[in-house]
Amino acid sequence: MSDVVVCLHAAQGWDRAAQGVVGAGRELAAATSAKLRAVVLGTASEPLVNGLADRVDILQLTDGQGLDNADGERLLAALTVLCQNAGTVLLGSDVQSQELAPRLAHRLGGSSMADGVELIAAGDLLRVRRAAYGGRAAAVYELKRRPAVVWLRARSFAPAPARDETVELQRPVLNLAPKASVRVVERRVEKSDGVPLEEAALVVSGGRGLGGPEPFEDLKKLADVMGAAIGASRVACDEGWVPPSWQVGQTGKKVAPDLYLAIGISGAAQHLLGITDAKVVAAINTDPDAPILKQASFALIEDYKKAVPALIEKLAALRSDS
Amino acid sequence: MNVLVCMKQILDPDIPAREFRIDPGAREAVRGSADLVANIFCENALETALQLRAAAGGQVAVLTYGTDDAEDVLRKALAMKADAAALVEKEDASHPDALAVAKVLAAAARRLADETWGAPADLVMVGRESGDWGVGQTGGLLAEELGLPFVALVDHVESREGGVRLRRQTDSGFEILEVDGPAVVSITNSDSNLPRIPKTRDVMRSYKKPLERWPLADLGLDGEDVRGGTSYYELVELEIPEQTISCEIVEDVDTFAERVASIMNGA
Repeated sequence: MSDVVVCLHAAQGWDRAAQGVVGAGRELAAATSAKLRAVVLGTASEPLVNGLADRVDILQLTDGQGLDNADGERLLAALTVLCQNAGTVLLGSDVQSQELAPRLAHRLGGSSMADGVELIAAGDLLRVRRAAYGGRAAAVYELKRRPAVVWLRARSFAPAPARDETVELQRPVLNLAPKASVRVVERRVEKSDGVPLEEAALVVSGGRGLGGPEPFEDLKKLADVMGAAIGASRVACDEGWVPPSWQVGQTGKKVAPDLYLAIGISGAAQHLLGITDAKVVAAINTDPDAPILKQASFALIEDYKKAVPALIEKLAALRSDS
Repeated sequence: MNVLVCMKQILDPDIPAREFRIDPGAREAVRGSADLVANIFCENALETALQLRAAAGGQVAVLTYGTDDAEDVLRKALAMKADAAALVEKEDASHPDALAVAKVLAAAARRLADETWGAPADLVMVGRESGDWGVGQTGGLLAEELGLPFVALVDHVESREGGVRLRRQTDSGFEILEVDGPAVVSITNSDSNLPRIPKTRDVMRSYKKPLERWPLADLGLDGEDVRGGTSYYELVELEIPEQTISCEIVEDVDTFAERVASIMNGA
């Protein structure tokens, strides 16, 4: 069986997403008696190299070949060379990986699929489980060609344990053409103060029910008291109340906290799809029939205007007690 | 700058969850009383294209691959003041895979641009994904079929000398990219591209505007790989996951706070 290849961006480091992609790759490689190969695009940090060396059979590094902060065309050219003989290519859920997957599959004569949450070996072909209809249904697709190129909902895959095997280290020379019709001229990080949403253990999130940008100030205070990251529904982002990078949902961030506190969020299917990996969902909503309650473990039926200040006070008091 | 926007008609994704059913045999959602609507990200794309036209001149053409019903999407686009429209007629209600769709769109995009402008489009836009299957592979595959660069998750486009300047959303913020020459971009939603509501007068007028209809065979693409559309991927299972969690309604803020605090202490 041809290799399972996991493709990682050096800039992401050995984060939970990288660990999830490698975990998914390890499991598939074991199920299909294939070798697991990791490809790092750009200059890999020591934690990333160590994390991979303990878990993959072959590690390919590409530093010094102009792949740090590279544009999508250049990354695609690199992966087209590196994944030539792959049976399966796995990528994370970052924007660049989403952009690369279909094009890489096309160039390699393979098939692509997005947002996989489970990989199933079916004879010589790969099947991928994923959500459909904005999270209302679960679908399984069979990819008809090899390589099967899949970007994964990386954080929902368990990390692989370290092994005691020797890794084969390779430094392939890519000879990439210097041509660049696409250039990244600026990168800007919009901080939602502190912990990144996808990595946060606690998330406070607001939606349409808040009615405007001002109430998010109260949510920020609540998030501060809790040490939580802050998110929002698509409506709140579309209305310009908060930046698009705060969006949680099918087309926003997929979060996996211990607690997701949804305030004034009705729970459209596409939003719920972003919080399926949350351990506990709690809601504050005026509508006892809101769909968010189907996903929630507990809820308070109350106007956020009353509930949030009282909650801040109570949590602050509880914290100072402990 | 001439922009071609590829659009898709889908089952209204906002129907209440309790009305959502699937047909296990056909492996698709049961339409029931739900409306067919334009995919929201396709309308975000059209809005982005119309704003670009207002700023930079040129024209906007819209294209869809669908059954007769899909004409509604194009009529609405014409009512929003798109300049030209074409429907590639899908022979049945099947859901061909993304590569089959990309091949159809590539052939139709070339023809529409040629007939409308006598030259290829300067920019081709698609929505980031559809609200039904949401596979999101069509844009990248279309770029490959057309031999053009591809940038995903763009929410703002400006014209510049020799190409475009794009803003795209990333996990932590955004990127500004410059592209020389034509490209395919997938458009995502932002506060600046909420689709405009067409005026009643323009809706009336849209029915008088020309709308091309092309049978698949006219594009030379009526082979089984395209028509059946299962040689790239095939849907083999579709089910509605069971909901097992039951929600406890807590009495007051204090109880709620204690529940929150106990999870925080465990975290």
